[in-house]
Amino acid sequence: MLRILVIEDDPEAASYLVKGLSELGHTADQAADGHTGLQMALDSSYDIMIVDRMLPKMDGLSVIQELRREANHTPVLILSALGQVDDRVKGLKAGGDDYLPKPYAFTELQARVEALARRPKSASQVETTYTVGDLTLDRMAHSCRRGDVEIPLQPREFRLLEYLMQHAGQVVTRTMLLENVWEYHFDPQTNVIDVHISRLRGKIDKDFETPLLHTIRGAGYTIRDAVH
Amino acid sequence: MTRFTRFTRTTAFKLSLLYIAVFTVMSGFLLVYVAENTDHLMSEQVVQTVDAELKGLSDVYVRGGVRNLVDTIDRRSRHPDASLYLLVDFNGNALVGNIARLPTVVLEEADGGLRRVRYTRLGVDAEDVERQAMVRTFELRGGFRLLVGRDLGDQLRFSTLLGNALRLWLIVVVIMGAITWLFVSRRVMKRIDEISATSTTIMNGDLSRRLSITGNDDEFDRLAINLNVMLERIELLMQSMKDVTDNIAHDLKTPLTRLQTRIETALRDAKNEEGYRTALQATLDDTDHLLRIFNSLLRIARIESTAPGSVLESVDLNKLVAEIAELYEPLVEDEGGRLEIVVSQDLEAECNKDLISQVLVNLIENALKYGHPETGELVISLSGQEQEGRIVLTVTDNGPGIPEKDLDRVQDRFVRLEASRSEPGTGLGLSLVKAVARLHGGDLRFKNETPGLSARIDLAPVTPVSSGTKDGQGTTTGNTN
Repeated sequence: MLRILVIEDDPEAASYLVKGLSELGHTADQAADGHTGLQMALDSSYDIMIVDRMLPKMDGLSVIQELRREANHTPVLILSALGQVDDRVKGLKAGGDDYLPKPYAFTELQARVEALARRPKSASQVETTYTVGDLTLDRMAHSCRRGDVEIPLQPREFRLLEYLMQHAGQVVTRTMLLENVWEYHFDPQTNVIDVHISRLRGKIDKDFETPLLHTIRGAGYTIRDAVH
Repeated sequence: MTRFTRFTRTTAFKLSLLYIAVFTVMSGFLLVYVAENTDHLMSEQVVQTVDAELKGLSDVYVRGGVRNLVDTIDRRSRHPDASLYLLVDFNGNALVGNIARLPTVVLEEADGGLRRVRYTRLGVDAEDVERQAMVRTFELRGGFRLLVGRDLGDQLRFSTLLGNALRLWLIVVVIMGAITWLFVSRRVMKRIDEISATSTTIMNGDLSRRLSITGNDDEFDRLAINLNVMLERIELLMQSMKDVTDNIAHDLKTPLTRLQTRIETALRDAKNEEGYRTALQATLDDTDHLLRIFNSLLRIARIESTAPGSVLESVDLNKLVAEIAELYEPLVEDEGGRLEIVVSQDLEAECNKDLISQVLVNLIENALKYGHPETGELVISLSGQEQEGRIVLTVTDNGPGIPEKDLDRVQDRFVRLEASRSEPGTGLGLSLVKAVARLHGGDLRFKNETPGLSARIDLAPVTPVSSGTKDGQGTTTGNTN
C-alpha cells in the first residue's frame, strides 16, 4: 500500500484518480492547487506524488522545484495535457521522475506509479543480481541463467529482461518498455514490442516448465514466479 | 484637437522640428560669427583712419601753427566723404569743423581716448538729425583741442543688413523644414499608412491580402517582405487549423456515430451482465481509437507550430537508423520480410532525434502494411545520404506502389486510400511525417519505383559551428531546397 498525493485541479480527473488508486489499495490524498499541494507534500510524507502541470496559484513544475529545494525527494509522476516536443525534457529537468501525457489509460498510470514506488532510493540500493524463480540475471557479469542453463542474450534483450526483472511482480506497459529500454518517446502503432517480448520469451521460457514472463491483457507484461 | 495631437505625434513632425532646430542653431551661429568679425574689422579700420588723421593734423599744427591747421581742416571738411573734425580753443569756442552739435563732455575730457558719440553734421543735417560716430579728442599745445572721428553709418547699415539676412534665413529654414515634413509625411507616412490599412484589412479577416512592394529595396520594402512572409505563415497555420477542424468534424463523426449506435444497441438489447460487459468492452475499444486520433492530431498540430531552432540539434544518423532498424528487424522478419540499411559514413543532420525516429517508424510501419509484393519477400530498405547539400533519408519497399494521382494526396490528414480502409490506423501517420519534415525545413516526397514505393524526406546537414545557424531561429520554416 502506498501513500499517494494527487495534485490536480480538475475535480473530475482528481476523483477518478483518487478512486482508482484507492481501489488498488492505496491511500490517496488530493490537493486542488499548487500551494496546498506543496504544503501537504512538505507536511506529511508520501510515497508518490502525481502532479498535474497546469495548476492554479503555482504551476506543477514550480511545485516540484520547490519540493526539491526543500530536499524532499518523493518520486513525482507529472501529468500533462501539453505534450509539446520538448515538454517531457522540461518536466524531468524540473525534478520530475516520470512523465505521462494526457489522456492516459489508467493501467498505464498504475504501472508507472508502481514502478516509481519500487525505484531504488539511492545508488547503494541498486541490486547487482535479479532473481525471479530460478531465473537469475547478473548485471555485473552480464550473464543470465535459468536453473543450470546459461542463456545467451543480445545486449538489447539483456536490457529488456533487466528492466522487467527490476520491476518483477509489477505490470510494465509497452510504452514504459519503449521509453526505458529503447529510450524512444512515442507510441508505435504496431506490436513492435510484442515481437521482442516473444523472442525473449523464446529464450527464457520456451524450454522450461513454468513460464515466468506473462502477458497482462490490455496492460502490458509482467515477470513473476508462478508461486505468487 | 485629437487630429492635431495625432499629427504632432507623427515621426515626420518630430523629425521636421528637429531638423529646423538644428539648422537654425547652426546657421545662426555662422551668421553671428561673421557679423562679430566684420564689426571688429570695421571698428579697427575706423580707429586706424582716425589715428592717421590726428597724427597728420598735429604735424600740420606743429609746423604751420593754428592758422595752417584751420585751413587744412576746413579744406578736408568739404570733402564729400570727409571724416569728422572739430577744433576748439581753450574756451570751448569752435574754430573750424563739420560738426554742428556734440555732447560737450567729449571735448572737456581730451585724453586721447576713443569714444562713441551721437552728433549732428554741420551744413548737411537738420537740427534734429543724429548720427553715430567714433571719435578721438586730442589736446594740442596752446590749449586747442582737436577732435577727429569717423561716421559709423556704413557699419550700422551692415549690421542691419546682417540682422535682416538672419531673419530671412530663419524664414527659409522654416519653409525648408515644412517642405521636408511634407515630403516625409506624404511619401513615407503614405507607405506606413498603407501598411496600417492593409494590416487592418487583414485583421478584419482577409488573410489573403499582402503588403505592396515597390521594388525600391528600401527599408519599407524589406519590412513589407518580412511581414508578407509572416502573413504567409499565419495563413498557412490558419488554413491547416481549418483543415484539422474540417477533418475532425468529418472523420470523427463516423467513429462517434458508431459509438453512439453501439451504446444504444446495448441499452436496448443487452439482457444480462455478460451482454453489457461485451458492449462496454467494445465501446472502450472505440474510445481508445478516438483518443489515438486526437493524440495524433494534437501532436501534428504541435509539431507544425514549433519553432525549429528550439528542438533541433546535430544527430548521428548512422546511430539513429541503426537503432530503429534494431527495434524493427524482428517485427519485419516475423512478417516475412527483410530490412536493409544503406547509410553513408559519418552522416550528421540538424534534427530532432525523437521526431526523426518517429518518422522512420511511421514509414517502416507503412511499408509493412502496404508494401508487400505479390510474390517474393518484402524488402524494406532504409537509406541515408547527402544529396545536393541536403541529407536525404529514404524508406523504400518493393510492393505494388500507389497510383500516380494519389502520390501527393496520401500525405493529407485522414486520407486513406481505398486499399487501406480495412487496415487499422488513424490515417495520420504520413501527415505527421510531413509535419516533421517541414519542421526540419524539408519536405516529404513519394515516388513509385519499379517495383515499390519510396518515401524520402530531406534535412539540413550539420553546419560548422562558426557559421552558426541563427538564421533559422524565430523565423519561418523556410523551404531551403
